[in-house]
Amino acid sequence: MSDNILQTTDLTKHYGGVHALEGADFTLQRGEHVAIMGDNGAGKSTFVRQITGVEQRTRGTVVFDGEEVNFAGPLDAREAGIETVFQTLALADDLNVPDNLFLGREKTMWDFLGPFRRLDYKAMRDDTLAGLVKTGVKIPNIKNTIRNMSGGQRQCVAIARTATFASKLTIMDEPTAALGVQETEQVENIIRTLKEQGESLILVSHNMRQVFDLVDRIVVFRRGRIVANLNKEDTDGQDVVAYITGAKTGAEYAGAA
Amino acid sequence: MSENSDGVGGLTFDKSKRHWPNELNVFAALILIVVIFEILGAIYVGQSLLFDTNDRFDSIFNEARLRIIIIQVAIVGIIAIGVTQVIITAGIDLSSGSVVGATAMIAMSFAQVAMVNGADNPKAIFGPAFLDLPWLVPVIVGLAVGMLAGVVNGLLVAYARIPPFIATLGMMLFARGVAQWWSSGNPISFPTEAYAKIGAGMMPVIIFLSLAVIFHLIMNYTVYGKHTYAIGSNEAAARMSGINVPRHLLWVYGIAGMLSGLSAVILTSKNLTAQSGMGLSYELDAIAMAVIGGVSLFGGRGSIIGTVIGALIIGVITSGFTFLKLGAFYQEMALGGIIVGAVALDQWQQSRAARKA
Repeated sequence: MSDNILQTTDLTKHYGGVHALEGADFTLQRGEHVAIMGDNGAGKSTFVRQITGVEQRTRGTVVFDGEEVNFAGPLDAREAGIETVFQTLALADDLNVPDNLFLGREKTMWDFLGPFRRLDYKAMRDDTLAGLVKTGVKIPNIKNTIRNMSGGQRQCVAIARTATFASKLTIMDEPTAALGVQETEQVENIIRTLKEQGESLILVSHNMRQVFDLVDRIVVFRRGRIVANLNKEDTDGQDVVAYITGAKTGAEYAGAA
Repeated sequence: MSENSDGVGGLTFDKSKRHWPNELNVFAALILIVVIFEILGAIYVGQSLLFDTNDRFDSIFNEARLRIIIIQVAIVGIIAIGVTQVIITAGIDLSSGSVVGATAMIAMSFAQVAMVNGADNPKAIFGPAFLDLPWLVPVIVGLAVGMLAGVVNGLLVAYARIPPFIATLGMMLFARGVAQWWSSGNPISFPTEAYAKIGAGMMPVIIFLSLAVIFHLIMNYTVYGKHTYAIGSNEAAARMSGINVPRHLLWVYGIAGMLSGLSAVILTSKNLTAQSGMGLSYELDAIAMAVIGGVSLFGGRGSIIGTVIGALIIGVITSGFTFLKLGAFYQEMALGGIIVGAVALDQWQQSRAARKA
């Protein structure tokens, strides 16, 4: 198989008459960090939701890790090795860090008890600590509930999930949109750590500086279509903005929008 | 963020961030209420509420009163255990009292004796084939009827997406109707001897406390418990994490219904009769126990231990007012105030904690 961890062909999503995503052809190589940019409503989040199985696509194929996949739900995608940090934090406020990391895939004992099988707290705590060390995430007390944490700590917990489970692809949807300067920096450091570890990443972001700082390639969405696929070295902020606003459209995507 | 990040990944333990278990607050409230009654008792009736002041008996506590305190809350307490887990999912169950009524009538019909004082049982609901059955039959019927009602609640809430308040309100009216329709409003009496033993003496308390221990373990140490908290905490997150939320809610409401059924079995066995009005307002008493015990109506927070202490608080207040020879209406006024006070205190603590973080 090729070096592509993810490849989508003609990926399309219609919500009734609304064509939120139209014919997206996208590839991501192993270990590559790619940013997805575009205006609000350009189809970025829709694209992510089709890949992660949160929604079912209208048309098109998704090939992940060399196999065509049809995720029935986010858990399927996660089990296949796609970890997503959602725009709205998918954390349960009243649970602590290990509980959140392992939510929906708890380590258990006494599995014959079915839904009443026992939680293996110790194993989950050990794995959580290992994951936090790996990402360099610092949490004062992992037994604290998420409710008592700052926005940055919450985001770090969400990101630490990816490190705790040896995932093949991490998707982050605007991970720093709601964070302060220091917290953003910490999240960016974690992303760099993931890069060093050869983790593949799709980063949805509005932050031009961040994108140029962190990724190898930039894919621009506009009005549900991919309009540009740019290597970081061959482009600059002005160029990207031109694509985002529609002043320019990539040659290979001419006629797309 | 930075003020506490001197340790490596979660390896520090900041004592100031350690949270004080909410159950201790509830327990402190229980102690406070007991102390108030002790003081009022010493002033107005010259007796102690809980301690033995009678020289004839050689014990520290007034055991008879302790027994009454817990017996009177045990049967509703069993319901409160089920209601606690429902409220933790950010739901509510208004049907428990009516389900007790319906289950009492139906279960008791299977617990009747054939002969009363040498004559045919005058209250027999069914023909001779259904009389003098082993005690296990009415128990299983009771649990099954309660569970059925709970599962219907769960289906309405989880799959038909009807708000829990409305779904269980519907079940509350429906089940009460069933209770009255079952024997056209006539009481059902004369249970078998074995059946009568289920709720005799301290049995309700033993069953209540055993269930409290079991459900404490379930809520804290099993996947079921963790998912219950997760759903109440953030249902969208639970869904995204791959938890089958509708199926889980079906379990939660089903178990709550089954515990209502069990409580009906114990109640009819204790009273040796079933009446269609049984369990009236039990749902509210059960919710009150949970809320006083620190279970948040917004979901995600609360515990079985809290609910048990909440039940004891209600028991102490009920006994305390009788002990002070005050009328039942004062009792209800006080309970009303305490429920609102408990929620107000919880809100205040939450907002204070939010400001600190």
